[in-house]
Amino acid sequence: MADTDLSKNLSINDADVAREPTVVVDDVHIVYRVHGAGSGKGSATSAISRIISRKRASGVREVHAVRGISFTAYKGEAIGLIGSNGSGKSTMLAAIAGLLPTEKGGIYTNGQPSLLGVNAALMNELTGERNVVLGCLAMGMSPAEVRARYDDIVDFSGINEKGDFISLPMRTYSSGMGARLRFSIAAAKTHDVLLIDEALATGDQAFQQRSKNRITELRKAAGTVFLVSHDNSSIREVCERTIWIEHGELIMDGPTEEVVGRYERGERP
Amino acid sequence: MSTVSEPVSLSAPRGADAGLTPKQLADKYGLAVSGRRPGLVAYTKQLWARRHFIWAFATARLVAQYTDAKLGQLWQVVTPLLNCAVFYLVFGVILNNKDGFPKYVAWLCIGVFVFQFTQSAVQSGTRAISDNLGLIRALHFPRASLPIAFTVIQLQQLLISMVVLVVVVLVTGVKPSVTWVLVLPALLLQSMFNTGVALIMSRIGAKTSDISQLIPFAMRAWMYLSGVMYSIQDKIDSWPPFWQTLMQINPASVYMDLIRHALAPEIYNKHVYGANAQELPAHLWKYGIGWGLGMLLIGYVFFWKAEEEYGRG
Repeated sequence: MADTDLSKNLSINDADVAREPTVVVDDVHIVYRVHGAGSGKGSATSAISRIISRKRASGVREVHAVRGISFTAYKGEAIGLIGSNGSGKSTMLAAIAGLLPTEKGGIYTNGQPSLLGVNAALMNELTGERNVVLGCLAMGMSPAEVRARYDDIVDFSGINEKGDFISLPMRTYSSGMGARLRFSIAAAKTHDVLLIDEALATGDQAFQQRSKNRITELRKAAGTVFLVSHDNSSIREVCERTIWIEHGELIMDGPTEEVVGRYERGERP
Repeated sequence: MSTVSEPVSLSAPRGADAGLTPKQLADKYGLAVSGRRPGLVAYTKQLWARRHFIWAFATARLVAQYTDAKLGQLWQVVTPLLNCAVFYLVFGVILNNKDGFPKYVAWLCIGVFVFQFTQSAVQSGTRAISDNLGLIRALHFPRASLPIAFTVIQLQQLLISMVVLVVVVLVTGVKPSVTWVLVLPALLLQSMFNTGVALIMSRIGAKTSDISQLIPFAMRAWMYLSGVMYSIQDKIDSWPPFWQTLMQINPASVYMDLIRHALAPEIYNKHVYGANAQELPAHLWKYGIGWGLGMLLIGYVFFWKAEEEYGRG
């Protein structure tokens, strides 16, 4: 669209060129309803009194996890999400993926954003081999695509470096080996909008470097990448834009250096 | 402080788009609401595209299920056979159903295996969503894949049991006949019925987890009412017509009778067994087709209606 400027920061500095939005988050509120959080949650007497008084389960508590966040992400951006534990980063990510309903406001996306992760689809009793196939199919690949990618996935994971482990059940793997295979399967597919939640800290040093390179590749193929991490160095390495969330509110949205710098010094604007 | 958005906000649209609200911007570039339920046709297409996943998931589950047991997948046939033995002892010997009943063992075993097919579809359907929340919260796929996959698991198990059933039927002295071919359409119809029921139960089970406590009682009542171990036709002769019809259109009885008639037609043969021969209810195939098609359609639409709500809240 705009290749007149050679500047690397083109998308940040050029104020005159329209960019193609990929994710529009418009004043989003997300409320979790937690069942059985009240006192005496499961006792028979409380259940009966609840039925008699026809009150909607008193044990339901509302957690307002995201309170009115708005931002727009554009094609080609890699955006970091930072904030303390429980600030609402992962919730925000799940909502962008369309896996959580918004209480108020809307999230509009280009195509179907995907979370990087297939852990839930894999089964420990099965061999690594079958898990690779199952995981790829779960992400929506066709059997032909799976066959084409299979060797790359196994090579990338490095599972077979110390013998033929891929034909053993996954429960026999060390935790590091399991994590490596899971990441390799998850990263095998390219996405329009890719959402990564703390996935970079697995495996040994060499594998971590390989995964960072793979993320960069995925980023090139993807329209937009979101990365949630507590590891500020990987945010600095991968993202040029960062959003700081605290208590479900947007604190700061700007260039990574500025935002992460202030976050580390604890200077809230 | 205003340093956040100055000098240039990274979120604000620029150039020709400057000044558009987020909603207008989304509309202009054709962005869709994330996670919205697709139309019925689009949904079916997505589901069809995931058929390989459904099959692989079902097979993987089946293999993983018995890895801890030493006898492995053998339990799939041993369990219903043990059930048959218990029922034979109680209903056949103690309550004396077997005397004069044509091929009682074949009758009982077919009943147990066929009812088990529907029963396990209901049970696993109820838990299809609630037991797989992790998968639902991590990946995008048409959620109907799960209850359908669980029905495929039951079907795969049934096909293994069918081999055992054929052996049992042969041992009881039933001769192979051309009617055995009819087992296939009957099982197909029952699978369609089961899929529909599993879809309905998984939507209910996803919302109301208490339902799984009630299922065993409901299934037991259904089993005793469907004539797994005795003949309904013998009992309902004197009943009011309404109740007779109700007992006859019971889908569990319909599919059991269809398969009994296909595998061991002589049970119903008056020339062989005279007054003891079982009477085949009328319109059996019609009911079977109606239940199969109707339940599948109703269940599918019912499940799809709540597609975007699974795994949330």
